[in-house]
Amino acid sequence: MNTTTTTAQSGFQSLSLSQRIVAGCLALMLGLVLLAGTGFAGDYRLHNGAHDTRHAMGFPCH
Amino acid sequence: MFRNLFLAAVLAALCAGLVMSAIQHFRVTPLILYAETFEGEGHTHGQGHVHEDGTEHTHEITEGDGGAVVEEWTPQDGFERTAYTVLANLLAAAGFALVLGAVSMLASIPITFANGVLWGIAGFFVFSLAPAFGLAPELPGMPAGDLFARQVWWVGTALATGAAALLLVKTRAPWAILAAVILVVLPHVLGAPAVPDEPSTVPAHLATQFAAATLGTTAVFWIILGAVFGGLNDQFSRSLS
Repeated sequence: MNTTTTTAQSGFQSLSLSQRIVAGCLALMLGLVLLAGTGFAGDYRLHNGAHDTRHAMGFPCH
Repeated sequence: MFRNLFLAAVLAALCAGLVMSAIQHFRVTPLILYAETFEGEGHTHGQGHVHEDGTEHTHEITEGDGGAVVEEWTPQDGFERTAYTVLANLLAAAGFALVLGAVSMLASIPITFANGVLWGIAGFFVFSLAPAFGLAPELPGMPAGDLFARQVWWVGTALATGAAALLLVKTRAPWAILAAVILVVLPHVLGAPAVPDEPSTVPAHLATQFAAATLGTTAVFWIILGAVFGGLNDQFSRSLS
């Protein structure tokens, strides 16, 4: 096993399970809000502002 | 330590989002703009006009409450439109990076430089390739089924494919392999909302070029996102220890 993998895993495993759950849930919520806003929201300002991104990322757009 | 996850996700999103924006600007957006020139032929979707300063753009026209015609805000072609696209790219990239980071935390699988490209490839399969297999990348003006039904199918396909990938990373037991195959195949057996059988205003060569260009661009995006995310995680945990 190479050294980079080992150091990253030791940093990762220094977190307790509850810390990981809190960090994971926060990241998931924030990530989904960002994706919903850029990729899915029906509001015309969000749709028109993110229009080309939606087409380019393969989100259903029109 | 939470801060490190968010910082790594945001920085990786910045790198991947900017590279993707550059490729998009030259290879993808020109196809969207070209397709929009055909849109008026089939649909009465917007109204193009030229301003006194020579800039030309299209206002989307929709019916507001009570049937009143409302002129929608839309970024002006040129710098404004490009800036909004780059901003939306970066926000979407941050969203995808945070979802990867969340899965890593919750499933207890670290993202490292060594496995970052694999994370990126998984992201590409889950969020780009699997949805595109049923809903081909769509240019403005192409006929398409009901928007909400397509969004539901898109999300369902990403969830099912993502669950399959996670399952296979966790265990290679025969039941898991069988379940993963079912999860990957099921959305496509059920089928994406059908494309209405009406002629497209967009020339076929433009549509095929667009499909290839978007999948190529998103592949680059995901590989950079995974690799940079992993590299930063390695850096941050090394500076901790």
